[in-house]
Amino acid sequence: MTVAGDVVLQVEDLHKSFGSTEVLKGIDLSVRRGERIAILGSSGSGKSTLLRCLNVLEMPTRGRLILDGEAVGKPAAGGGTRYREAELNRLRARVGMVFQQFNLFPHMTALENVMEGPLSVLGRSRAEARRTAQRHLERVGLGGKAEAHPARLSGGQQQRVAIARALAMDPEVLLFDEPTSSLDPELVGEVLGVINDLSEDGRTMLLVTHELGFAYHFATRILFLHEGRILEDGPPEQVLKSPREERTRRFLDRFTAFRF
Amino acid sequence: MPTITMPELQFGEVFANIDLLLEACGLTLALWAVALAAGLSGGLLVGLARISPRRWIAWPARGYVELFRNTPVLVQLIWFYYALPVLSGIQLPAFAAAALALSLNASAYCAEIYRGGIQSVAAGQWEAGRALGMGRLRLLRRIILPLAVRRMVPAFTNRAVELAKNTSVASIITVHELMYTARLFSSQNYIPMETFTVVAMIYFLLIYPFTLASYALERRFAAGRA
Amino acid sequence: MGYVWDFFAVARNADILLAGLGQTLLLSVCGIAVGVAIGGVLAAMRLSGRRTLSWPALAFTEFYRNTPPLVHFFWFFYGLPMAFGLTLPPFAAALAALGVQSAAFFAEVFRGGILSVETGQWEAGRALGMGRARLMRRIILPQAARRMAAPFVERSFELVKTTTLAAALAFHETIYSAMVIVTQTYRPLEVYTVVAGLFFIVLFSASQVAEWLEARGRRAGAR
Repeated sequence: MTVAGDVVLQVEDLHKSFGSTEVLKGIDLSVRRGERIAILGSSGSGKSTLLRCLNVLEMPTRGRLILDGEAVGKPAAGGGTRYREAELNRLRARVGMVFQQFNLFPHMTALENVMEGPLSVLGRSRAEARRTAQRHLERVGLGGKAEAHPARLSGGQQQRVAIARALAMDPEVLLFDEPTSSLDPELVGEVLGVINDLSEDGRTMLLVTHELGFAYHFATRILFLHEGRILEDGPPEQVLKSPREERTRRFLDRFTAFRF
Repeated sequence: MPTITMPELQFGEVFANIDLLLEACGLTLALWAVALAAGLSGGLLVGLARISPRRWIAWPARGYVELFRNTPVLVQLIWFYYALPVLSGIQLPAFAAAALALSLNASAYCAEIYRGGIQSVAAGQWEAGRALGMGRLRLLRRIILPLAVRRMVPAFTNRAVELAKNTSVASIITVHELMYTARLFSSQNYIPMETFTVVAMIYFLLIYPFTLASYALERRFAAGRA
Repeated sequence: MGYVWDFFAVARNADILLAGLGQTLLLSVCGIAVGVAIGGVLAAMRLSGRRTLSWPALAFTEFYRNTPPLVHFFWFFYGLPMAFGLTLPPFAAALAALGVQSAAFFAEVFRGGILSVETGQWEAGRALGMGRARLMRRIILPQAARRMAAPFVERSFELVKTTTLAAALAFHETIYSAMVIVTQTYRPLEVYTVVAGLFFIVLFSASQVAEWLEARGRRAGAR
């Protein structure tokens, strides 16, 4: 039985290197059920890499990943971890992901995009997949666009379909990787609005973003990453208004330089 | 039911006469060089004609290109060797007929490469040139072609490879190049397996450097664009 | 010169020529089928990510892409059978040569199409928990197929033209049939002009149809 408040996702001493560059230098993090975590940091801080390690789109170089009390992968000789393909697929079915570039399937309609996971991964019937997909599209305000192909949708609409696609898997943890960074400014609001509405479900969510204002209102907890390490970890009020570290303060100042 | 015997390969026999095959490479290379040079220069003319705004220039050029691209190279060689003399009254030597056919064939393909390359240059470059008051020909020579040629080089290299392979077809109209010599040698010595294996290797060694060069050029082009 | 054309000499023998054209098309279709089958395996080997599979496939494709087809026609017709004390009918030898060589080209077409699909598509599929095979079938191949269409058609046309080399094995395709007619009528100009015209009509009209289909596919893809 799952209860709000217990640990759903845990990361221990996570390292990730690309070639000789170490991007993550030992991350320890435990995520409680129902938490909404915004991850901040300048580009190159490792925030996207951290998120992508959580559903193992990037293989961690070292460290442990524990979902619902079960460690992912088997320890291998030499201190690394071996991941089996089937195990990773099961994990990813439970950890949803929304990408910066949407990555909708261009050869499928909006509805088919949302149906694809339940249909081919969860083994739902076509009728059932269609029903839930339609419901999720309506949830993100696109019930009327079910038959449209992605090329016919605006960036904001595409991203909302992508959110519906992730929701259709009913994931325990939902990851957002800079979901508004490739959108035109006037389309950012509609996507953030949809993400904000998801708060009421009590779903665990992690969001990498540059939208400080949104992070402040949306998140229950904020992480600040710098050079592959977690520098700050606390409630929005504390991290954004009275950060402990000088680095964090300088980062926040850059975003508020042109306040009007 | 035929009895199957395990082969006893006699590559030694082929290598003992390798000079025969290598000498024949001379004619293969000559055919290749002539047709490539003709194709590169003739192709430019046809390619420019293809993009001419005047229909009476553009359409015959298109007809020529389509004709040579939509018929087998063997048909072209046979036509120039056996059919043309009936019309012209002059029997071309086999090498000349082959060189002529392969040159016209290469020109047609190269014309398309020139055309594609020129049309791939952004409209902004044409406008910038025209804004400077350049005429069409000067604009082509000074701005468009230098930009386009860089993008065409991998395609030309590719074409050179296809052309090299096509030279072997000249053996069918009795040009004594590598393939012809190989057939003669294999039928005299009854070792076709060994002969054609070695000949395939010789062709590979002649041609593969061009393929490697086209890979390198494509990589450089891709890197230059990024 | 005052040369008197006599196309009637060709017309009288039209049945021989058309039978030859039929053999050309038969050899082409079979060649494409064999080439696609072997090419698919080669592409899968190259994309497997295992060197023990990808390197042999690479060597195979590079060798056959960089050697003249005529050598392989002779190799399969004279070389291979004689080494084993067998004989192979011209059709079988030509089909083997065509199939093996076009496989090398088709493999590159398939591989190129699959690699052209953006990494984001792979990631989106994996993020849903899709396995490799299902991801390939449901997400990657449908998108890759569209991009493969044009080079696939181009390769198939090259193959049709290459089938003429089977004439050198005395296989009764179009050109060999033409040669037979020439020895009977002494009308090489008319016969070979008609042969060129036949190929042109078949290939040019087929390429126009392919272009039209491709344009329609592009419009459908942009729905």
